[in-house]
Amino acid sequence: MKKIRLATIWLDGCSGCHMSFLDIDERLIELSDRVELVFSPLVDAKEFPEDVDITLVEGALGTEEDLHKIRKIRERTKLLVAFGDCAVTANIPSMRNPFGRDEMLKSLYVETDALNPQVPAQSLPELLPRALPLHHYVHVDVFLPGCPPSANTIYQVLTELIEGRIPDVNTLTRFGA
Amino acid sequence: MTNEELVTIAEKEQEQQKQYRYRIMVCSSTGCLSSRSDEILAALESEVKQRGLENEVFVKKVGCLGLCAAGPIVSIQPDGILYREMTPEDVPAILDRLGGEPLEEKLIDTSEPFFTRQKKNALENAGVVDPERIEDYIASGGYSALIKVLTELNPAEVIQEVQKSGLRGRGGAGYPTGLKWSTVAKAEGDQKFVVCNADEGDPGAFMDRSILESDPHRVLEGMIVAAYAVGASQGYVYVRAEYPLAVKRFRIAIRQAEKMGFLGQNICGTPFSFKVDVRLGAGAFVCGEETALLQSVEGNRGMPRLRPPYPAQSGLFGKPTLVNNVETYANIPAILRNGGEWFAQTGTEKSKGTKVFALTGKVKNTGLIEVPMGITLREIVYEIGGGVPDGRKFKAVQTGGPSGGCIPENLLDTPVDYESLKALGSMMGSGGMIVIDDRSDMIDVARYFMEFSMEESCGKCVPCRVGTVQLYNLLGKFQRKEATEEDLQTLEELCDLVRNASLCGLGQAAPNPILSTLKYFREEYLAKIRKPSPVEEEA
Amino acid sequence: MMTPTATVKTFTIDGKPYSATEDETILDVARENGIDIPTLCHLEGILPTGQCRLCMVEIQGSGRLVPACATKPEEGMEIVTDNPRLRNYRKMIVELLFSERNHICAVCVSNGHCELQSVAQKLGVNHVRFAYLHPRFMLDGSHPKYEVDHNRCILCGRCVRVCEEIEGAHTRDLRNRGIRTMVITDFDTPWGESPTCTGCGKCVHVCPTGALAEKGKSVAEMAKRRHFLPYLALRRRGGK
Repeated sequence: MKKIRLATIWLDGCSGCHMSFLDIDERLIELSDRVELVFSPLVDAKEFPEDVDITLVEGALGTEEDLHKIRKIRERTKLLVAFGDCAVTANIPSMRNPFGRDEMLKSLYVETDALNPQVPAQSLPELLPRALPLHHYVHVDVFLPGCPPSANTIYQVLTELIEGRIPDVNTLTRFGA
Repeated sequence: MTNEELVTIAEKEQEQQKQYRYRIMVCSSTGCLSSRSDEILAALESEVKQRGLENEVFVKKVGCLGLCAAGPIVSIQPDGILYREMTPEDVPAILDRLGGEPLEEKLIDTSEPFFTRQKKNALENAGVVDPERIEDYIASGGYSALIKVLTELNPAEVIQEVQKSGLRGRGGAGYPTGLKWSTVAKAEGDQKFVVCNADEGDPGAFMDRSILESDPHRVLEGMIVAAYAVGASQGYVYVRAEYPLAVKRFRIAIRQAEKMGFLGQNICGTPFSFKVDVRLGAGAFVCGEETALLQSVEGNRGMPRLRPPYPAQSGLFGKPTLVNNVETYANIPAILRNGGEWFAQTGTEKSKGTKVFALTGKVKNTGLIEVPMGITLREIVYEIGGGVPDGRKFKAVQTGGPSGGCIPENLLDTPVDYESLKALGSMMGSGGMIVIDDRSDMIDVARYFMEFSMEESCGKCVPCRVGTVQLYNLLGKFQRKEATEEDLQTLEELCDLVRNASLCGLGQAAPNPILSTLKYFREEYLAKIRKPSPVEEEA
Repeated sequence: MMTPTATVKTFTIDGKPYSATEDETILDVARENGIDIPTLCHLEGILPTGQCRLCMVEIQGSGRLVPACATKPEEGMEIVTDNPRLRNYRKMIVELLFSERNHICAVCVSNGHCELQSVAQKLGVNHVRFAYLHPRFMLDGSHPKYEVDHNRCILCGRCVRVCEEIEGAHTRDLRNRGIRTMVITDFDTPWGESPTCTGCGKCVHVCPTGALAEKGKSVAEMAKRRHFLPYLALRRRGGK
């Protein structure tokens, strides 16, 4: 049987969803019989590959770079999963939104830094005015809320997706779960 | 006050006015006042005095003469002359020409359809009587309906007459007035109220303001008749504070009516007693919704509440309450004077009588008009309105304000009645009518009205409070050409939710400007949908 | 032969026959019979206002929607509590609420005890199709025992009603309108300075979300206790 090409990526988030993914523990081995992890913070690939079957996207869209990545991922992925609350609702990253980008940067880097009060400009991707959920920019196939979704939830959803079924996530998880 | 006394007052007033060879009337409604008609009035009065014409020329202020686009307007009777765009400087010339050749360059052609196609009932006295003199109102038949009602008819007969007339609520929804009256009359309560809704708030609408400014006694008489019919002892007129002149004139009318015994204890020597007070609205559109209005009169935050119970059963302070709009009351005196059948002769099968419209926007003759129900939109726009100016093309006519819709050219032959307009996805509304020419983008139009509804939502129910904001934002995406096919679907689904799930009429009607433009101008929406192409995205 | 007395009405809910007394609402009858209709602004013990619109049910024939919490069934009425149309409406209403303010469950004191959160899960809301509005709202921590975070308020009006109807203080009311509507204390004074607030905490415990909370609670620690309400409401109406 052909292995499912799985990718995971970590955008504007805390990596907690990836940690929860690892909490699947020994079932990872069982999963590895069915999937090939073609791109992930957990593996070495540098370029997001073509023809990916399933991509789990953790994190909100916070920067221009995130936008660039998500568009490429969308193009190269059959089934895009918004993985965790940040991807689904923008969650914690969105807490900056009511204040606006510039005011937030000023408050973080200028007003509270006595030694070197300046907003870092070099070699950092530009922040979007607001951190937003994935589906505000690209089509999302499966929403998997939770902060983070539990290991069991992730495992069940993944096994269903691998079998080619779209799981009903509402019985498994919710916002803030 | 008996009928004989009333006739005496009327005759005396008519006698007095007949003494003069000329009567010069100056429009003193808000529209003309804003272009200095008060100065024209003052100039006329002093010039007449200076020339020693006091016994020949009678100068008076009157209400709205209708053709606001040509204001300030001065009318000279009995010659039937109407002058346009008057200034105080024109006064000597007007007086010079009295009885001779009129001032050609300022003459309004009264044989134009704007004048000949109208039929006045609610506006019968507008531009004719001095709104601040009860005697003038009486001289043109005022309060005779009240005396007739009090001396000849019992309440049930009054209601029967109103039912016979087929009059329907002029505030917009078109509920049969007679039925409403009989429900309140039958409702049990130790006290009942009659309320006049003068919280007119649609953008571009000024029918009720003009009626109150031009002929306040007519509305008052209608209210007193209604109070007698339903058994109410206290009335309230809820007027928005932005209408100071209407408030002032209505208060004067109340005082004058009290002095003459048309209000107060034992009106006209009968056991019937009724008082009227004015309540000022603080500028919330939603207070035009009857349950919110009643909350506001009670001194609470003006928020609609669930119906049932309807105000007819449990209204002001939990008592049976009749709520009618200004124009509805203004139609009552003539119905009682001439009979319900007389009223029902005009109009269509289900929509009787005449309707006042504030005709505005891209049309030559903007102003206040009263037309028989059943007249077509085309006749209003092209004949009465004189068509679209500046050589532009007609695009749509918007009726019903923020609750209404946009009607395109190919449907202009629709007759104006409650059902036909509703079938087009618009509504009669209170009478705002805005003509739109080919320079306007229909999404801009829809968004303008959506912004209005969003700002005026009271915030009580979720579909209206948040839904209108999301609709407004979605329209913004179309304006910026950032919308997707999905957005179009969301827009339609959300319109459906807000229309069906909102608590009161404001929310339920708020999507109409979008729904009607989606229906008749869908291509404008489709043209603004972003075509997603991966290549373009990357570029 | 049995004939229904004048005060009892018979009707159907989702095709099954039920009866109700004069003062029972559709929601009362539904709950009594284990039929689930989602609600947010409704709370037993305070007067219904029908403002969240979540409990809308359909009257068969006319297709008319009425709020179950505030509508009394009529004789012969055929009531539908669940169909695709109602389900989509309810989902949209919950999504609109999530989009309105800054509901971030992960950091909320009421995470796991929140009615908005649980109703969303029950209705299958796993994302919000509308744009988040991200308004800027403040917290009021001036009261010694309680705090209010307007970011989490859904304007259900429970706190306003319980304060007026049960406690009799009418400390809370609303200011502004539309999307800018906000629950305030007295004439918009800080809560801690309110001369009318009795500090009873009923508003905190009727609040469906984490908007009103006891001070010192961390994430997911603020569960609400409402057992007092039906009892107090009964006492207030002079019941036994």
